[in-house]
Amino acid sequence: MRLGLVLGEAGQGLRRNVAMVISVVLVTFISLTFVGTAILLQMQIGQMKGYWYDRAQVAIYLCTANDVTGNCASANATADQIAAVKAQLESATLKPYIKKISFEDHAEAFKNLKEQFPGSALVSFTKPSDLNESYRVNLNDPNKDAAIIIEDTRGLAGVQAVEDQRAYLDQIFSVLNAASLTAIGLAVLMLVAAVLLIATTIRLSAFSRRREIGIMRLVGASNRYIQTPFILEGVFAALIGSVLAGVAIVAIVQFFVKGYLGSAAVLGSTTTLVGPQQAWIVVPILIVLGAVLASASAGAAISRYLKV
Amino acid sequence: MIRFDSVSKSYPGTSRPALNGVNIEVLKGEFVFLVGASGSGKSSFLRLILKEEKPSRGNIHVLGQHVNTLPSRKVPYFRRSIGVVFQDFRLLPQKTVYDNVAFTLQVIGKSKGFIQEAVPDTLKMVGLAGKSGRYPHELSGGEQQRVAIARAIVNKPAILLADEPTGNLDPQTSQGIMSLLERINLGGTTVLMATHDAGIVDQMQRRVIELISGQIVRDERGGSYVTTTIPIQTLGLGNPEGLRA
Repeated sequence: MRLGLVLGEAGQGLRRNVAMVISVVLVTFISLTFVGTAILLQMQIGQMKGYWYDRAQVAIYLCTANDVTGNCASANATADQIAAVKAQLESATLKPYIKKISFEDHAEAFKNLKEQFPGSALVSFTKPSDLNESYRVNLNDPNKDAAIIIEDTRGLAGVQAVEDQRAYLDQIFSVLNAASLTAIGLAVLMLVAAVLLIATTIRLSAFSRRREIGIMRLVGASNRYIQTPFILEGVFAALIGSVLAGVAIVAIVQFFVKGYLGSAAVLGSTTTLVGPQQAWIVVPILIVLGAVLASASAGAAISRYLKV
Repeated sequence: MIRFDSVSKSYPGTSRPALNGVNIEVLKGEFVFLVGASGSGKSSFLRLILKEEKPSRGNIHVLGQHVNTLPSRKVPYFRRSIGVVFQDFRLLPQKTVYDNVAFTLQVIGKSKGFIQEAVPDTLKMVGLAGKSGRYPHELSGGEQQRVAIARAIVNKPAILLADEPTGNLDPQTSQGIMSLLERINLGGTTVLMATHDAGIVDQMQRRVIELISGQIVRDERGGSYVTTTIPIQTLGLGNPEGLRA
């Protein structure tokens, strides 16, 4: 098979079908951008889970003089009660699950509040003694063991409430997850359109060259020789689209995620975000996906002309 | 070279088969005319040889290959040893005479050097040596058919199939084409030609196979177009057995 001839045929087909080729480029571009965004969102979720689940703690809040809920009776938890909670956490039953225990007293809690809401009126109304003292427990395996700690400490005297902080995170993750599923759904629809469009384009191209194909078959050109230019034509158009999608993904990461979301004013100080490193993982996936889909649909479209 | 063993071919949706129990053997180097009315099965016969169609029943052997069981990926290679010419020439209008002939060799992967030698030789043989730069629409019908023949034989096939090659040409031009086909045949190529042209068949005195409604009713060497045993006005009644009696 002579490469020059095959490439020439493919180029001729592309020139003859410029409008269709442009539409293939645009549709693959947009659909693969959605695919890339969905992958990035999944990576973001994975990364945030890794980051936050590591830091997520089970907080055992102790009673203050203002509390009536939980096991409180409008009295601050006594030193004995506090010691009892600590003893429970350090007991043989719970110890294996726990990585680290820290204690946050009134003063520390007030300091954290001031840091979190600097200049807020809330701070001026609040006295350190209004804030719960708490044990902060880091677990070895936050996914499994949180329930055990909650179960074993909730009933203790002087405990107002036990909270697994992951509950807050899970909400965020489910929102992000829904967003990425939506992106995947849109991407699949667009990919279906892209595949059909590529098949139609190739069929048109084959139709406009049906004389040549007829003669090639008659004189014994191999099927591969006949179909390769058409498949190359589809793959080439789709590749332009996937490269554009790759550029879009890198640009999104660079300018939106890193430049805007990553700036200290938005999210940069509180969480880690996907960076160019992740984008460069996504780009080859998009390009391979584009090429594979295009060659499959072009191959299926042209096979009709090759049946014996 | 070509052998049909009780071959039948029915197309879906029609009750009458295009070919019905055909037995025939064509030997190497023969020149065979295939005659019969339109729809008598001549084209189906040629298409079966090329494996453009599959027989409904029976076995076909061409060039030592059992065509029935030839896997489709091998069909292109099989076709490289068969040349085909049609009534409507089927040239590529945007290619020159030279490129039309060279196209055959290019698409089966022949080297540039081979093409540059084989194409002018073949064009010379068909009598178009001076016209290699012309486009098909600049040529007469006879010359276009010569290009088509050049394209069919440039790869030196063992068999040349011609489906009414003179159907669009005047008698004098047809003569030229026939003497060209005769020369090709003398070179050792088996030629199988479907035709309606009585004058040519009568003049050439070659083997004649006559088909009526998909059945062979006559196979004679040195035959003519019309057989005296069948009254012409009863052709096509769909009862060849009765006709022969």
